[in-house]
Amino acid sequence: MKNDRRSERQEEAGRKAAMATLAAAPALVLADLWAAAELPEDAQPVRGPETGLVTIRGRIGGGGAPFNVGEATVTRATVKLPTGEVGHAYALGRDRDKARLSAIADALWQDPKRRELVESRLLAPLRAMLADADRRRREETAATKVDFFTMVRGED
Amino acid sequence: MYVAVKGGEAAISNAHRLLADRRRGDRDVPALRLEQIVEQLALGVDRVMAEGSLYDRELAALAIVQSRGDLIEAIFLVRAYRTTLPRFGYTRPVDTAAMLTERRISATYKDLPGGQLLGPTFDYTHRLLDPALAAGGPVETPAHRAADDERMPRVSEILAGEGLIESDGELPVDREVADITREPLEFPMDRDARLQALARGDEGFLLALGYSTQRGYGRTHPFVGEIRIGEVELELDVPELAFAVPLGRVRVTECQMVNQFKGSAKVPPQFTRGYGLVFGQSERKAMAMSLCDRALRAREFGEDVVAPAQDEEFVVSHLDNVQSTGFVEHLKLPHYVDFQAELDLVRRMRAEHERASATVVTETREAAE
Amino acid sequence: MGTTDRLDGGFADPIFAAQGVFRAVMDAMARPGTIRQLAALAAPPAPLTPAGAAVALTLCDHETAIWLDPALQASRAAVAWLGFHAGAPLARTPADAQFAIVSAPGDSISLENFAQGTQEYPDRSATLILQVETLSRGQPLVLRGPGIATTAMIAPAPLPRHFVEQWRQNGARFPRGVDIVLAAPEGIACLPRTTRIEPKEG
Repeated sequence: MKNDRRSERQEEAGRKAAMATLAAAPALVLADLWAAAELPEDAQPVRGPETGLVTIRGRIGGGGAPFNVGEATVTRATVKLPTGEVGHAYALGRDRDKARLSAIADALWQDPKRRELVESRLLAPLRAMLADADRRRREETAATKVDFFTMVRGED
Repeated sequence: MYVAVKGGEAAISNAHRLLADRRRGDRDVPALRLEQIVEQLALGVDRVMAEGSLYDRELAALAIVQSRGDLIEAIFLVRAYRTTLPRFGYTRPVDTAAMLTERRISATYKDLPGGQLLGPTFDYTHRLLDPALAAGGPVETPAHRAADDERMPRVSEILAGEGLIESDGELPVDREVADITREPLEFPMDRDARLQALARGDEGFLLALGYSTQRGYGRTHPFVGEIRIGEVELELDVPELAFAVPLGRVRVTECQMVNQFKGSAKVPPQFTRGYGLVFGQSERKAMAMSLCDRALRAREFGEDVVAPAQDEEFVVSHLDNVQSTGFVEHLKLPHYVDFQAELDLVRRMRAEHERASATVVTETREAAE
Repeated sequence: MGTTDRLDGGFADPIFAAQGVFRAVMDAMARPGTIRQLAALAAPPAPLTPAGAAVALTLCDHETAIWLDPALQASRAAVAWLGFHAGAPLARTPADAQFAIVSAPGDSISLENFAQGTQEYPDRSATLILQVETLSRGQPLVLRGPGIATTAMIAPAPLPRHFVEQWRQNGARFPRGVDIVLAAPEGIACLPRTTRIEPKEG
């Protein structure tokens, strides 16, 4: 039982990480990778793709009670594969095709036989690209870090 | 007498056609593309997102083009568009401590953990117009330096260790988070509702009010505890999934303004804070917001409300530039009938005034005789 | 929630379907007692019905809390389906709900348990969607009030116990009070709070 729960949680974490990568992916890059990956695209739409709003929340003082900062556009889609898996996708922005492909990818990911394909052909290159962009950004910011030094004033 | 008039359809339609022509300008000059605005007028885009209260760069860029660069008109367009979309939900509160930081400075601590990161700032530029930009020459790529993964605690955590600063603002846990887009404004407000209003308030209005607090209208002595700019992750709870679904990242600017507080019967002397959180890279707005947030907490601290910036009803009723522009600009629309009534009234008062002074003249003359 | 929940059966074309059903609800509210066909139906899991679910998908969203009667609450599939397609949160008590869906009107709690609105904001009251079996084969009700030239008649069944008396009390709370949408296989009919049910003669 305990092991079941643990593997279920691992499964959830893996799926969430995959959804995070898909949400962060630039739409054009995802479309190109998809075209090259030769993944099955046959899926029945269950809901959407549709664009709506989410209200972004912050916390008072950074860590206190929540408050509403403003809205952002989000596009979501839900699809069902001929084999029965239901996939969901949510991402900032208004790209419907990205949402549809991401939902199919989420559905394929749930099938243990096809997960490896989604991981290696879609998610791995996306992760590498996103990590690279983040590292570059960190390094550019780090170059603007102030190194203080103390001026010696007067004698001895 | 009231006479209904109708007309102007042809004039309106031709005016809109003329507007489209003037917006495009000289056809020999290439038309702007949205990605040029997103990339090269990024802070204008950020302002439209913040005050339009909609995080979507391409839409903000479209609004800027459509409004010919009139940012308040662009904000109006974005606000109108927002109302056409359904709402999927409220995100989990963003964690600014886990931000992918692009700038982070403190005016109170030189050596704070994580260091001072200047980022892409106008500070320390000489404010000299640069002819090289007009020529459009090549631009250097940024410098790199190995990034350490040192944690960047919020500056409030540092002072909190000594108990010298108030904790983050808390509200009762079981209460629903205020939403000014759903409930009509009621005064007095709670701090969450006020912060939501400030976050989308007009930058110029908040800047002027923030400035007024520094000039003595509302007693404050503020320090920038910390400003940080960068991207935060968004997550949304949805009924169909057992975990919060990741949506991607948005750029925000956060400001912690530290103010001294002399204490009260219940609370020992300590530092208090004003808070600012704004979409995009919007440092001036986040700073002004945090100054106003602190000034508006006067009642909470038992301070006298003597200045405009401390007057919640005044500030919150006038900070929204879509509301302000709507009411100011409606004055140019036809008021023919209203004005006719006023005209009649003034004529009548005038006649009475003349009759009265004629009587006075007569009486004076009679008295003299 | 697992992936085994049935999530299909929402509107095939959500925008036009919702607009069509909204039109029917609006007309039925404006002309109490008339029966309107729905432009589109949903295919929800039981005990939701196609008509009741179509009205719910049209009127409810993320910002409207729904209260479900015990039979609906007991159906995990129905709760998941509504959550997915309408996005509406479930109200903890009937008094917190903007909408209530009642799948077994004959066993329904009384109308006064639902949000009645306030004198200042009478619109902050609940709209009840009663899933009925018929609008024409039950006990006839003679209706009068705004939107009805002389009288109108419907015969819905089943209805909450002592419905005529409950409805009289609901009218006495005006401007507060609940409004009702009756969703049946043959269409919908509405009872806004301004409609009076005449005591039957004889």
